Amino acid sequence: MVPMKTLMNKDPLVIAGRSFRSRLMVGTGKFPSAEALSKALQSSKAEIVTVALRRVDLSKPQGDSILSVLDPAKYLILPNTSGARTAEEAVRLARLARAMGLPPWVKLELTPEPRYLLPDPVETLKAAEMLIKEGFVVLPYIQADPILAKRLEELGTATVMPLGAPIGSNRGLRTRDMIRIIIEQAKVPVVVDAGLGAPSHAAEAMEMGADAVLVNTALADAADHGMMAGAFALAVEAGRMAYLAGLGPERETAAASSPLTGFLE
Amino acid sequence: MEKASKNSPFAEILAAWPEARLREVMARAGLEDVRRALGREQLFPEDLAALLSPEAVPRLEEMAHLAQRHTRRHFGRTIGLYVPIYLSNICNADCLYCGYALGAGRPGARRTLTQEEIRAECDILARHGFQSVLLLTGDAPKAAPVKYLAEAVALAREYFPSVSVEVYALKEEDYRKLVALGLEGVTLYMETYHRETYAQVHPRGRKRDFAYRLGASERAGQAGVRRLSLGALLGLYDWRLEGFWTALHARYLQKECWQSAISVSFPRLLSVPPRFTIRYPLTDKELVQLMLALRIFLPEVGFNLSTRERAGLRDRLIPLGVTMMSAGSSTRPGGYSNCDEETLEQFEIEDRRTPAEVVEAIRRAGYDPVWKDFDRAFFEAPT
Repeated sequence: MVPMKTLMNKDPLVIAGRSFRSRLMVGTGKFPSAEALSKALQSSKAEIVTVALRRVDLSKPQGDSILSVLDPAKYLILPNTSGARTAEEAVRLARLARAMGLPPWVKLELTPEPRYLLPDPVETLKAAEMLIKEGFVVLPYIQADPILAKRLEELGTATVMPLGAPIGSNRGLRTRDMIRIIIEQAKVPVVVDAGLGAPSHAAEAMEMGADAVLVNTALADAADHGMMAGAFALAVEAGRMAYLAGLGPERETAAASSPLTGFLE
Repeated sequence: MEKASKNSPFAEILAAWPEARLREVMARAGLEDVRRALGREQLFPEDLAALLSPEAVPRLEEMAHLAQRHTRRHFGRTIGLYVPIYLSNICNADCLYCGYALGAGRPGARRTLTQEEIRAECDILARHGFQSVLLLTGDAPKAAPVKYLAEAVALAREYFPSVSVEVYALKEEDYRKLVALGLEGVTLYMETYHRETYAQVHPRGRKRDFAYRLGASERAGQAGVRRLSLGALLGLYDWRLEGFWTALHARYLQKECWQSAISVSFPRLLSVPPRFTIRYPLTDKELVQLMLALRIFLPEVGFNLSTRERAGLRDRLIPLGVTMMSAGSSTRPGGYSNCDEETLEQFEIEDRRTPAEVVEAIRRAGYDPVWKDFDRAFFEAPT
């Protein structure tokens, strides 16, 4: 067996020219305390951590339960635009984060309805175009729509981040069939975002060939935040290894005893 | 507002669930209906009625676990913090239950804060750490006209990213004006969804127009208000019915104003002027049943809990579905910066803890107190 460390070193996740060893990204909302978040981050071994700009006051990081535990030397802090309803709002938020000294990376979240927080494809496309023109590295959160994924890729987004199920639903890969097509067609990394409620969901996405996954609610809602983050880290690695190792195809029926092409022999 | 206002389509939904029908459904509800309601992914109004009925009482603990799961999934283990600023206690309505009413006969000065006085209030609250405020006035379009509200919203926005109002019902175009200045939320309690009670407790004035008030939240939503808070004043009429109608209103608004976040408050009448008797008081246990039933019916709706309720109860309610709490509140104009002046207060505060003490209590309950959950950039370019 290939030792895990070697595998991770030889198989980096590359986004916009930057290499990462971890394929697990973590969201920071919903945790009960700074300590809980901190424990989850440590065990997750994540290198990319996303923060909702509406939730934090970048001018006052001290005392904030999220910013206070995020060491910019250790993590790529990926600001997200959750809560934005229009492209203009999202662009303003992204500019603000850059002006406050964060790297010009943005996880584009355009979720005009607060109930299921589903992404608006029209506004996302518009915002991506505007932000890319301004030099941002754009990671868009999208519905599992293969055509939209290609359109965004053509605009120059750094990844596509299709949802597995609605945010916070813990339902797993409900969009599996569409995600499979997205992965097959993508030239940029595919990060499955939202809805992954258990490590097995994350492993499933990685086995299919997703380049990374992003998890938040499942960690924040666990009784032991650190242990759950560790479980996700292992699941992501296991899924990645299985993908690289080449999973055998699933067979629905046993090989037929009277082959249809037997007459050719 | 001389003539009756145009009905909101919600009036028809409300009319489809009159008291008699609802009482019948609740009376018929058995343990089996409660069990089914608890197992369903998407609840029907009949399920809600079962959860609000006396039959659900033995299942309260199970309801609490389900409600907690729903809340944590949607909101995480966080509690948002806000604080009210009373801008004016002048009021032309004569709501029988209210301390601000003309006929309440309560002593205390009546006034409307000047811009400088509003600044003084904002300044103190911002220094406590608040980033979300609720501006309140009485039902007094003359003392606090839309222009005054607009100035107050713009001014408060200099201090806080999130500004909401709880004022008299406005026209859509007026809500639009406030939204353009950065208004995020509108809290507007129907007081009671029961028409007869509504007419009884609002004997005169423009507030008598039930339909105009019923349509206010959706006018606000259509004007682009992002956060709509509803509620029935608990104690005016049977809480089981009021809870049901409030929940239907919330669900209606989720469809009608799909870009607005809906939240529900549970204002329980506790302190009322001497001329009013609370005929439908509800116990703590009933308040809990109401909150749990509504949470299970509306998993994604925010729940606000004000300092009307006492500290001990508030702390116990945190893990049962609450998502927003006020802290350190005063219900008198100038109550933060000018404590010596005895202006008239709307009602008595029960939880008198400081914001820091409430924050501590939230942490003790295992939740992260969230001061900021909205950003100026949603409205304006960074400077």
